[in-house]
Amino acid sequence: MKLDAKIPQGPLAEKWSKHKFNLKLVNPANKRKYTVIVVGTGLAGASAAASLAELGYNVKAFCFQDSPRRAHSIAAQGGINGAKNYQNDGDSIYRLFYDTIKGGDYRAREANVYRLAEVSVNIIDQCVAQGVPFAREYGGLLDNRSFGGSQVSRTFYARGQTGQQLLLGAYSALNRQINLGKVTMYTRHEMMDVVTVDGEAKGIVTRDLINGAIETHAAHAVLLCTGGYGNVFYLSTNAMGCNVTAAWKAHKRGAYFANPCFTQIHPTCIPVTGDHQSKLTLMSESLRNDGRVWAPKTKELAEKLRKGEIKVTDLKEDDRDYFLERKYPAFGNLVPRDVASRNAKEIVDEGRGVGTSGIAVYLDFAESIARLGEDAVRAKYGNLFDMYQQITDENPYKQPMRIYPAVHYTMGGLWVDYNLQTTVKGLYALGEANFSDHGANRLGASALMQGLADGYFVIPYTVGDYLATVAPKPVDTSHPAFEETKKVVVERINKLLSLKGNKTVSEYHRELGHIMWEYCGMARTEEGLKKAKGLIQELKSDFWKNAIVTGVNEEFNQNLENAGRVADFLELGELMIDDALDRKESCGGHFRLESQTPEGEALRDDENYAYTAAWEFKGENQPEGLHKEELVFENVKLTQRSYK
Amino acid sequence: MSNNMNLTLKVWRQKNAEAKGELVSYQADHVSPDMSFLEMLDVVNEGLIKKGDDPIHFDHDCREGICGSCSLHINGRPHGPKQGITTCQLHMRSFNDKDTIVIEPWRAEGFPVIKDLATDRSSFDRIQRAGGFISVNTGGAPDANVIPIPKVIADEAFNSATCIGCGACVAACKNASAMLFVSAKVSQLALLPQGQPERSRRVQAMVAQMDAEGFGSCTNTGACEAECPKEISITNIARMNRDYFSAKLFKSEE
Repeated sequence: MKLDAKIPQGPLAEKWSKHKFNLKLVNPANKRKYTVIVVGTGLAGASAAASLAELGYNVKAFCFQDSPRRAHSIAAQGGINGAKNYQNDGDSIYRLFYDTIKGGDYRAREANVYRLAEVSVNIIDQCVAQGVPFAREYGGLLDNRSFGGSQVSRTFYARGQTGQQLLLGAYSALNRQINLGKVTMYTRHEMMDVVTVDGEAKGIVTRDLINGAIETHAAHAVLLCTGGYGNVFYLSTNAMGCNVTAAWKAHKRGAYFANPCFTQIHPTCIPVTGDHQSKLTLMSESLRNDGRVWAPKTKELAEKLRKGEIKVTDLKEDDRDYFLERKYPAFGNLVPRDVASRNAKEIVDEGRGVGTSGIAVYLDFAESIARLGEDAVRAKYGNLFDMYQQITDENPYKQPMRIYPAVHYTMGGLWVDYNLQTTVKGLYALGEANFSDHGANRLGASALMQGLADGYFVIPYTVGDYLATVAPKPVDTSHPAFEETKKVVVERINKLLSLKGNKTVSEYHRELGHIMWEYCGMARTEEGLKKAKGLIQELKSDFWKNAIVTGVNEEFNQNLENAGRVADFLELGELMIDDALDRKESCGGHFRLESQTPEGEALRDDENYAYTAAWEFKGENQPEGLHKEELVFENVKLTQRSYK
Repeated sequence: MSNNMNLTLKVWRQKNAEAKGELVSYQADHVSPDMSFLEMLDVVNEGLIKKGDDPIHFDHDCREGICGSCSLHINGRPHGPKQGITTCQLHMRSFNDKDTIVIEPWRAEGFPVIKDLATDRSSFDRIQRAGGFISVNTGGAPDANVIPIPKVIADEAFNSATCIGCGACVAACKNASAMLFVSAKVSQLALLPQGQPERSRRVQAMVAQMDAEGFGSCTNTGACEAECPKEISITNIARMNRDYFSAKLFKSEE
């Protein structure tokens, strides 16, 4: 199948307007004859479900959590970008577009990114109208701050809980539609498979997590808003339940998976303390507005610190290396995430890391506290400082935070065209679940923007274009494909439940995470990736022999839930390795040691790799097929990214 | 490590909603003080799974104190001994070697037990659906800076809006009252200019649903505020009562 991204013709700034006009419409009386399934209720899912219901469509929404409000968008801290130029500092839609394309190291589609920047201003308006309490200035107008990879202040925020406030806004819009009877909400339901008929998505199979009932649901279109797959690394800043299952099942039913190796390692997370650790906690990028990243100048000093022979506060200015400010004077501590992460890794590899493990650098607020006062710093970041102290038992007002990079976000995801449709007709992917807007590195405060852009302002237009081609007849689950798909789901569950080996599912997950982090993390090599591929294959076959899954299907069974998710991660991990092997260049978060500039920055190979890699599933244990979508840049000039 | 602890857990085990539950003792040994409370339970569960036993079920997700999933009653207190945090943020350094820790689910008519420590809190969703929103459709919103909102008002609305919907307020209350939860949303929207058009309809609808769900009355003991992991103030309850009574008194729209 040839990939057609369906990018509209015409000048960049007019593409979306023209496209909206050219999209087919469904008349208001017919809208109520269509049913749309929305899987996931984070920013993308909740906003899509609410907006489609407002238009008159019938929506069935699903989430595996006990309430739609608990989706992991809730945990986003720092903020959301919007090209409002309220600060009069030279921002514009074009500048947000440019920063995002450049930040993504020129591996995203121009047209998608421009549209994202264009609707970013509407998102802020919409959220304020819903009662989202963004931070404000004394004059009553909205406040902004800066994030990495940009030189303007365009990030709107609600203390360190922006994701929570935006999600609760979308949740309230969703609640209103549930109350009106336009959305039927299914909580504690996990999507187990997609049902396709003649290559078009016609419904899903779900498992009721309380009683194990396997149910089928029919619809005219299916939207996957199921988030990212960062938990393939076991330790990440994702919630424990975040998983790839919905996207992976869609992949196996014909949806291509794009750029799976593009993962974001966030520079400022609380370092790992031990094997018992279940997840990592992010310290928002906004902290880099006022915090300075540094490490001891010499290995000897670092070693003394690690041994506790000297205290961090004993180090004089001359003994400190503010390495981001030194190497990138123009952007300083606010370089993009991939650059900041890689530099922290370099420091640790040089033996200059701190903390008992030696795997951390400092994020220091002493200067800001001296300049602004402790109260001002507390007002901005209080909840983050409290969280840090809770976890580490150290007071960040008195001594610098210890931070280290951790897996945070996945730029890769299901391949979608400009309409957000996957390679399966009638099946759409929104938010982090798709691959579309961030290229090889996502800028801070852009995930919230993309989730809401897709849900509020893109899908309500584009899904109509497809529905207008489908007869407005009632749907049901009588087609044999529903029963067949259900049977596949039941068989797999039974297979999992038959596993009575000697190793827990979490142990497999942790091992997979170690392999991924070691060989497909911040630095990747041909040799390492090949080794990892073998290790994952072994681990996968061992899982299906020696894992332990307790209990039965017909009950609340968290062990079974986890087993299904980890089994899918084992398959995804291998595809990530294949993708990383294929891409012999470095770009953004994908750093191949074989491809770097003399200064050690990511060296792209635009001649050979200016494409999106879209992988096609060809059958169990078969190599996947690679399709390339060439990226065409008509508006920006591809250059070596520089933040110096 | 020498400062690792050996603990005795007494955990509420209940097969399902219909089954009778009981406290079961487990030993948790070599617990590192750097572990979170839920990580300690993970380790216990790994041991149970290895023996082929059913692990202890509890709700949890983000493990950074914001999703509101975790909900354990630890030694008689929602979210355990420390103030202003959720169970997932509680670390084992808050306990001592040889401690006995009693772990129970939320206890309230509005939160029936599903299994072990997990309860059904869908009543909270139904209360939000009754009126916890501003009726604006997507598109057509005016520019975000068109209505200036004084910083103190915006900050106050934000403080109310930080509720994570965990249900600790109900679990802490001797009457199992949900007033703090409901009033936090009512206050957030009543404080903001955008929330004014539906102000009286909202408070009446949400309170009616709260009553229908079987939550008790408020007798101003303040236990909810003391146990709220987000330290939401009972001033919100006073605001809600004022709005509720004035809506009833002036019989403003239903």
